[in-house]
Amino acid sequence: MAKPFLSIERLTQHYPDGQGGTMTVFENASFGIEKGEFVCILGHSGCGKSTIMNILAGLAEPSSGVVKMDGFEVSGPSLDRGVVFQNYSLLPWLSALKNVTFGVKARHPDWSVEQVEAHARDYLAKVGLEGDVVHRKPSQLSGGMRQRVSIARAFANQPKLLLLDEPFGALDALTRGTIQEELIKVWAGTEQTVFMITHDIDEAILLADRILLMTNGPFARVAESVEITIPRPRTRTEIVEHPNYYAIRNHLVHFLGQRSKELAGKQSDDADQRPETVRIDKTTAEDEPSAPPPLRAVND
Amino acid sequence: MLDSLSINKRAAILSIAMLVVGLLIWEAAIPAQKAVGELTEYERLTGGGAQKAGVPPPSQVIAKAWAELSNPFYDAGPNDKGIGIQIGYSIYRVLTGYFLAALVAIPLGFLIGMSQIAYKAFNPFIQVLRPISPLAWMPLALFIIQDSEASAIFVIFVCSIWPMLLNTAFGVAGVRKDWVNVARTHELGPLKTAFTVILPAAAPTIVTGMRISIGIAWLVIVAAEMLVGGTGIGYYVWNEWNNLDLTSVIFSILMIGVVGMLLDSAFGVLQRAVAYAE
Repeated sequence: MAKPFLSIERLTQHYPDGQGGTMTVFENASFGIEKGEFVCILGHSGCGKSTIMNILAGLAEPSSGVVKMDGFEVSGPSLDRGVVFQNYSLLPWLSALKNVTFGVKARHPDWSVEQVEAHARDYLAKVGLEGDVVHRKPSQLSGGMRQRVSIARAFANQPKLLLLDEPFGALDALTRGTIQEELIKVWAGTEQTVFMITHDIDEAILLADRILLMTNGPFARVAESVEITIPRPRTRTEIVEHPNYYAIRNHLVHFLGQRSKELAGKQSDDADQRPETVRIDKTTAEDEPSAPPPLRAVND
Repeated sequence: MLDSLSINKRAAILSIAMLVVGLLIWEAAIPAQKAVGELTEYERLTGGGAQKAGVPPPSQVIAKAWAELSNPFYDAGPNDKGIGIQIGYSIYRVLTGYFLAALVAIPLGFLIGMSQIAYKAFNPFIQVLRPISPLAWMPLALFIIQDSEASAIFVIFVCSIWPMLLNTAFGVAGVRKDWVNVARTHELGPLKTAFTVILPAAAPTIVTGMRISIGIAWLVIVAAEMLVGGTGIGYYVWNEWNNLDLTSVIFSILMIGVVGMLLDSAFGVLQRAVAYAE
């Protein structure tokens, strides 16, 4: 089997539990992400989603296990892995534009000032920030605009892998909707590989190609990988009409509400914890029973 | 009528009123010298006719200030220099000692703020050295340096180093982890991170420390110059006291206040320039 673009192999994280012992957050977690894929990870708080994200970003070291990207082991942070943090993490003393050029300059130290600025403005425009707004400081921008700047900064660097840590967690539902659509637009133009943490099921279905479901911790694991069998381009209003939407949504709600607890706390016994692939597709499944058995009975 | 003015204007009117009333009370409180003709023979025999040294009225101080400030840079020998020259010497000593202190305190503060080990290792020394009155160093400084000018600068150095050191360390240690992570995910080196992320993030705290330091340095220079003598505003105050010229003493006290205020407001401007809202 060919290795995926990003491969997480037997990742384990222990923390001291404060009483002299250790607490295992997750153990031998293994999964892969293909190039150009948009993958969301869903799970309850404390299951280690953020830890996985920090390990992928290179900001934290796992207790054991490796992350390989393009066949090379990941160690330390890198410009190839861009991060959008939940609290935006814009530098408050720089304007929106300077926050983006900060990243572009780091990525392309050989570019001229004009080149850097043009590139930054280009990406700010992609998330709908144009004109004088780009000269405002983050404190003068709304939460939604700040997160747009943060997304522009990450995309402008064209990283091989983009990590989004609950990027819309702090936004109100309406702003969230608009920025989700902007995110899809920017992503569709770049074919970035994206790995995103979220708490929002509808957001995950709208954005992702595949959703990874985590059980509760300790000994959390990535239990399932649910394919989103809804064709792109998707919009929030259209996907709810798709026959697969509620089938997938119900599956996810069921998992998070019930099975994430039932499956929790199982030790791996040194086995690879690979997620089971789940594919829910009513479009084909409904075709078959539409040659209806009851009718046959009537004909007889 | 007052209601139509802005708060600032009303405050300014009140300030001026307080000043005028204060000066009038001061002026009225100084007893006038009796003319020689009004004295009894006995009073004249016991020296009552001689000029008594007293606190001068504000009118005299203002006249003195006018005379001094209209020719601030004259130099008529070691004991008679213009107020501008004296203040110039003091400012030169303060700024020299102060910037030497900044050169040491800010990099060292960075180190202490970045590293827990450095913080814990330096902390006992800082805690013992910080409460020492800077003037207590003076005898030792005079003996070791053997130069009164340099000793005064050293005393300024010692007194201005602590607020800058502690505030820099505090500011650097308090830089939000997220911003450091932004630098890390952009692969910035340690030096680049220090200058483009940590320094601007900690700048408001650092400048606050610098502002406290310059205030203390200006307080200390007056006392230091009274001890070392020669030149400077502190020496000038003491010299005029020895001359029993209280008009000059009061005038120079006011000048010390004005210069201190100007130094402080310069750092106030700097503080506003580096401030940011989160």
